[in-house]
Amino acid sequence: MNLDLIIGILNIVLISTTPLVLAGIGELVTEKSGVLNLGLEGLMLMGAVTGFVTLVLTGNYFFSLFFSIISGIILSGIFAFLVLNLMTNQIATGLALTIFGIGLSAMIGKNFSGTPIDGLSPYYLIIFSFLLVFFVSYFLSKTKSGLIVRAVGENHNSAYALGYNVIKTRYLTIIFGGVMSSLAGFYISVCYAPMWQEGMIAGRGWIALALVVFATWKPWRLLVGAYIFGGVAIMQMNLQAFGVKLPGQFFNMMPYLATLIVLVFISSNKIRLKLSAPSCLNIPYEKNS
Amino acid sequence: MQPIVEFQNINKEYPGVVANNNVSFKIKRQTIHAILGENGAGKSTLVKILYGHVKPDKGQIIINSDLATINSPTTAQSLGINMVFQHFSLFESLTVAENLILGMSEKISLSKLKSKSETICNKYGFNLNLNSPISALSVGQRQSVEIVRSLLNNPEILIMDEPTSVLTPEEIKKLFKIIKKLVADGLTVIFISHKLDEIINLSDHVTIMRNGKVVSNLTTKNEDPESLGYKMLGYKVSKTKQINNINYSEDVLSLNNLSSYSQDPFTTNLNKINFKLKKGQIFGIAGVAGNGQKELMEVLLNENDLEFNGNIIFKNININKLSTFQRKSLSISYVTEQRLGHSAVPEMSLSENILLSMNHKTEFKRGDFINFDTINSYANDVIKNFNVDTPSFNVKAGKLSGGNLQKFIIGREIMSNPELLILSQPTWGIDAGSEAFIKKSLIELSQRGVSIIIISHDLDELLEVCHNISVLYEGSLSKSLNVENIDISKLGKYMGGLFD
Repeated sequence: MNLDLIIGILNIVLISTTPLVLAGIGELVTEKSGVLNLGLEGLMLMGAVTGFVTLVLTGNYFFSLFFSIISGIILSGIFAFLVLNLMTNQIATGLALTIFGIGLSAMIGKNFSGTPIDGLSPYYLIIFSFLLVFFVSYFLSKTKSGLIVRAVGENHNSAYALGYNVIKTRYLTIIFGGVMSSLAGFYISVCYAPMWQEGMIAGRGWIALALVVFATWKPWRLLVGAYIFGGVAIMQMNLQAFGVKLPGQFFNMMPYLATLIVLVFISSNKIRLKLSAPSCLNIPYEKNS
Repeated sequence: MQPIVEFQNINKEYPGVVANNNVSFKIKRQTIHAILGENGAGKSTLVKILYGHVKPDKGQIIINSDLATINSPTTAQSLGINMVFQHFSLFESLTVAENLILGMSEKISLSKLKSKSETICNKYGFNLNLNSPISALSVGQRQSVEIVRSLLNNPEILIMDEPTSVLTPEEIKKLFKIIKKLVADGLTVIFISHKLDEIINLSDHVTIMRNGKVVSNLTTKNEDPESLGYKMLGYKVSKTKQINNINYSEDVLSLNNLSSYSQDPFTTNLNKINFKLKKGQIFGIAGVAGNGQKELMEVLLNENDLEFNGNIIFKNININKLSTFQRKSLSISYVTEQRLGHSAVPEMSLSENILLSMNHKTEFKRGDFINFDTINSYANDVIKNFNVDTPSFNVKAGKLSGGNLQKFIIGREIMSNPELLILSQPTWGIDAGSEAFIKKSLIELSQRGVSIIIISHDLDELLEVCHNISVLYEGSLSKSLNVENIDISKLGKYMGGLFD
């Protein structure tokens, strides 16, 4: 194996892992405040399709990015309204959001499937993703606002008793998560692929969700985890290229298999999971009147 | 002098209960003002209204002669009102320093926080390690964190909701000293309690509430515990006293060198627990909450497979490995701490709640079908024999008041003719009438030869009912003391961990 090949592989890993980092960090912040959003896959698809369609129609990367982010704000805003104000079940609402996103994105993108575009260089968002991890880590551990996010996720009743606005905090973290997911979708359809195809997120939203648990809610660990997953995903292509004789389906399965194994491994240690998970995760907050 | 707080015609109604009914009274500056009342009298609701936690339906609050609109804890804090909660409002996994910062309305640097909290700690004798997580602290230390956090905001008024309910007698003495010093330094303290002695010892004035209404406003020094108790309840409660002889000699239950193991830092591991229980004996397990009571109950009940060493012998049978169901079949009955959600399902009717704990009895089933005739008549008997105030057995368990539901739950277990009854916090948070009734029922039960274990934080209750008392401290059990000639100061030392 020569140096060029290694650099080439690392480059591919870098390019293919970034959406996992973006969506994963967004979800991490949402979960830190005590809300489980299972709608990542749908949010990413909607971010991907709005970004792509806007680019085709306007040819402007800025508009494309802008409308992609707006889609994330609107969809996660709806999710936030449902789970925070109407106190619907977070798991069911998140699943509904995913299904909704899959359907709506397919409908919007129907006539754009296969349209060629000039992609944006992925390196802007790759650099952004590293900065994002740094800032989120700093925000959560060193700032008072970050402390409030953690406090709200840890014990929402106490946070309210001390005068913090639980609902507002959660609105902000949910929308932050939504924006990061739509960015990840934008990255996939405009920078990484670049094209639109129905269901093109292909489970990356679920992997990002698993990464948050894998990282035990710590931003730097999430980055490391994402690159391990990204590496496994790329390895499948290279192993095939090196002529390892296994059915292709097996290689395609590897990232998901790795996700499953890691989740089983992590959830086997219930106490560790309990200690690192935000205590109010997935518990609806009812303000007493 | 102007009163610092004045309540004017405060009304607050919840579905089915009037929590506050035209409450009006004044609180003088720089005094300790106690609010006394039974559980459910409306004390907590009233102070939550003052703290902006609950909105009143009607009425107003005057603070420093100005009409105050307090619609959130933040506004309360800006008016100089702070509160120390009964169930602490701390964040378990965060450090002491982080908890302190969260309580402060202004932004502050870590070094400034350190010096400020150190000043307060030194002045009032608190001892805090800013870097340790709350989960590693004892209940008393947690309360210190809460108080220091409130003081950091330089409050004028400090509300303390039942602050002594989780402390040892030693810690209570220390707390009272601190409160007196705070008031001498200019603070006004609103102190909520249902313990008469404490109010006599500590407060300057006392407002007594009953069923949501203020029944009297008094100057404490003219009162004694009996007069306060009479005014609080509206009637005299005769103390039940245990007739202190056990008529049987055989052992029913013995625990030998019982130790539990868990990696979870939120649990307390039991450490070589030994005790024997005779037929007809009532054995009390005292101690401050969080010293292994939950784990001991768990080992006796075996619901969650907590790992343990040692042996539990019930009538010569080793029951270590037996499930809850099998243990119940051996005629052991349980009354757990949490009434709604553990002992009873709130959304289910009283009859259905009978079946939930009597599943091991065949008479309630016809094959795999529920025999509603037998469970309904069983429920009816419980309601009749245990004075449960309810229109019928079809009422949902969640609709009953705490006292009525507890009588129903304890009645349900007693009527199944157990040989051993294990109760956790049997009279916690219920009205005095139900409390007296439950105590009487337990004593009668023991005289019929049933052995009883009561795990409770309420020392007075144990002293009234039990033959023997041991204290749990950090998972270890003290030797048992005979209640007849008990030395209360020794018991207090045991509760602080000083075993001999």
